[in-house]
Amino acid sequence: MKNNHPTVLQAEGIEKFFYNPTKTQVLKKVSFKVKRGEFISVVGKSGCGKSTLLYILSTMDTDYLGKLHMDGELITGKPRNYLAHLRNEKIGFVFQFHYLLNEFSVLENIMIPGLKLGKLSREELEYRAMEKLRIFEMEEHALKKAYQLSGGQKQRVAIARALINDPLLIMGDEPTGNLDKKNSDIVFNKFKELAQEFKQTMLVVTHDQEFAEGTDRIIEMEDGRVIKS
Amino acid sequence: MKWSLIFELSRALMLARFKQTAVAAVGVMFSITMFVTLLGFMNGLNTMLDGLVLNRTPHIRFYNEIKPNPNQPVDINDEFENTWKIIRSIKPSTSRLAIYNAEKIIQNLENDPRVLGVSPKIAAQVFFNVGTIDLTGVVNGIDVNKEAQLFAFTDYVTSGNFEELNQTNTIILGKGLADRMLTGIGDVIQITTAQGNKMQVKVVGFYQSGLGDYDNANSFASINTVQKMLGEPPSYVTDIQVKLHNLDLAPSMARELEQIYNIDADDIQTVNAQFETGTNIRTLISYAVGITLLVVSGFGIYNILNMMIYEKLDTIAILKAIGFNGTDVNRIFITIAISIGVIGGGIGLIFGYFACLGIDQIPFETEALPTIKTFPVDYNPKYYFIGASFSLITTYLAGFFPARKASGVDPVDIIRGK
Repeated sequence: MKNNHPTVLQAEGIEKFFYNPTKTQVLKKVSFKVKRGEFISVVGKSGCGKSTLLYILSTMDTDYLGKLHMDGELITGKPRNYLAHLRNEKIGFVFQFHYLLNEFSVLENIMIPGLKLGKLSREELEYRAMEKLRIFEMEEHALKKAYQLSGGQKQRVAIARALINDPLLIMGDEPTGNLDKKNSDIVFNKFKELAQEFKQTMLVVTHDQEFAEGTDRIIEMEDGRVIKS
Repeated sequence: MKWSLIFELSRALMLARFKQTAVAAVGVMFSITMFVTLLGFMNGLNTMLDGLVLNRTPHIRFYNEIKPNPNQPVDINDEFENTWKIIRSIKPSTSRLAIYNAEKIIQNLENDPRVLGVSPKIAAQVFFNVGTIDLTGVVNGIDVNKEAQLFAFTDYVTSGNFEELNQTNTIILGKGLADRMLTGIGDVIQITTAQGNKMQVKVVGFYQSGLGDYDNANSFASINTVQKMLGEPPSYVTDIQVKLHNLDLAPSMARELEQIYNIDADDIQTVNAQFETGTNIRTLISYAVGITLLVVSGFGIYNILNMMIYEKLDTIAILKAIGFNGTDVNRIFITIAISIGVIGGGIGLIFGYFACLGIDQIPFETEALPTIKTFPVDYNPKYYFIGASFSLITTYLAGFFPARKASGVDPVDIIRGK
């Protein structure tokens, strides 16, 4: 399905307003491109709008002005169900708070986006999920329930889940923000590894200066504007 | 979208909140159990009570009514055509009670495809002579086999053998009447007809209908015995009783045949209108109670699903973030609701059936109802079917609004809120 468009994601003049309690503009004409294989971090002070930008780029937030292209396709104004399908197929998420489904085992958590996509059989997905777990040295925890893991382990599983459908792009919202130094190093190294070994395109919002410096490119934001990219 | 994944997710959510889910299912189970039991029991009683009267009542009864002749001589005379006529002290005409050409009418009715069966009858007013006292009563001359076949006559013969009634000069007495006459089976009693004929008959059984007044005055003998008693020829019949395939046709058929045979006809609806009303209202009440129970359990499911959605907002948000759309989330919660309905309803139907079996075992013996030994229960599959459909409908509706709310959850709000 993937066509090999060199630009994975392109934002053109994205503007976003919050109306509660008063009308405030959080994003002001944000434009940039994400090329295939790039590992990008978005940095900026709290409240500069970087998370808001990420949710717009992730297609979950559709209430914005401007245009968004993904893989050469204009996705602004597409119906919600189509966007949900797009997220399932082309985007992998890693959030600050791991967000695994506690009702399921680690393995099932990783498999669910794949089952939803429905392109591979359950057996194939299980094999692939184990493969991803092996990358993160988590294979011995495969059958544990999600709530039985530590924070750092959860975050590694979350990254494995983001990878299951071989996404075009992985988005991270402060993936190390909630972890101690040791775990955040592990997670960061995994991101690095993905970028170098698998040429995975990644866009990560972070506070962590060290993390940002390790990426290919830093987009710096201030007051809803991109000041350096 | 694959349903297997939806089922898997629903199952996981239900198991994660197993106690709540179980409570909801038990709620549905309880209400379905009560619904089925209530309707089975109510309708069992209804059928029995209606049977008391309706079984024995012909759908159409033909007879000659004693009434003044509508065509008085003064009306026929042209001389008084345009005058105001006053006639005093009119008496009923001496028209005979016997139905004219009864045999032909019976034959004709038996060939009618709408008719289940026809049974002739003679009702004769008599005195039962007990020593110096005369008790008034009625002897019904019946065609024994047809009466048994069409009007469940045998159900009400509590002692003795009804087939002995086929012999002449035998009688089955109403229980109340027999008690007053202090007679037992095998005794011979004397009857005097209204015309003064005396006759001795042998008691071969007792009859108990459950309606005390009826049993105090009525007795049964074969049609031949009564003809002989009255000194009438074998063609003498005062009533023709008709049972139809479809009871609802009775009023219109009664009107139609009344014209054709030039005879009076009563239909069951007109005579027993109050019974049908009573039955309808009892049924209505039991349905109302049953459905109320279901609606209450529906609110239970609604609450539990709402709670579940609040608890599982994170799960919903993450499902949406990884590519599940609103429809999928909606289906997950509808599936949960329907599963609760199917499981609770299924167990409820089984328990309801057991409860009915239980009620069926409880002894219920009254003087008035000789054939009933235990509480009557109706096992009509209709009630099980209605119970099952209602459990699905209420659980679906109970799930509908929470599911819609869940499908509308905005993942950004939830993820941001952390």
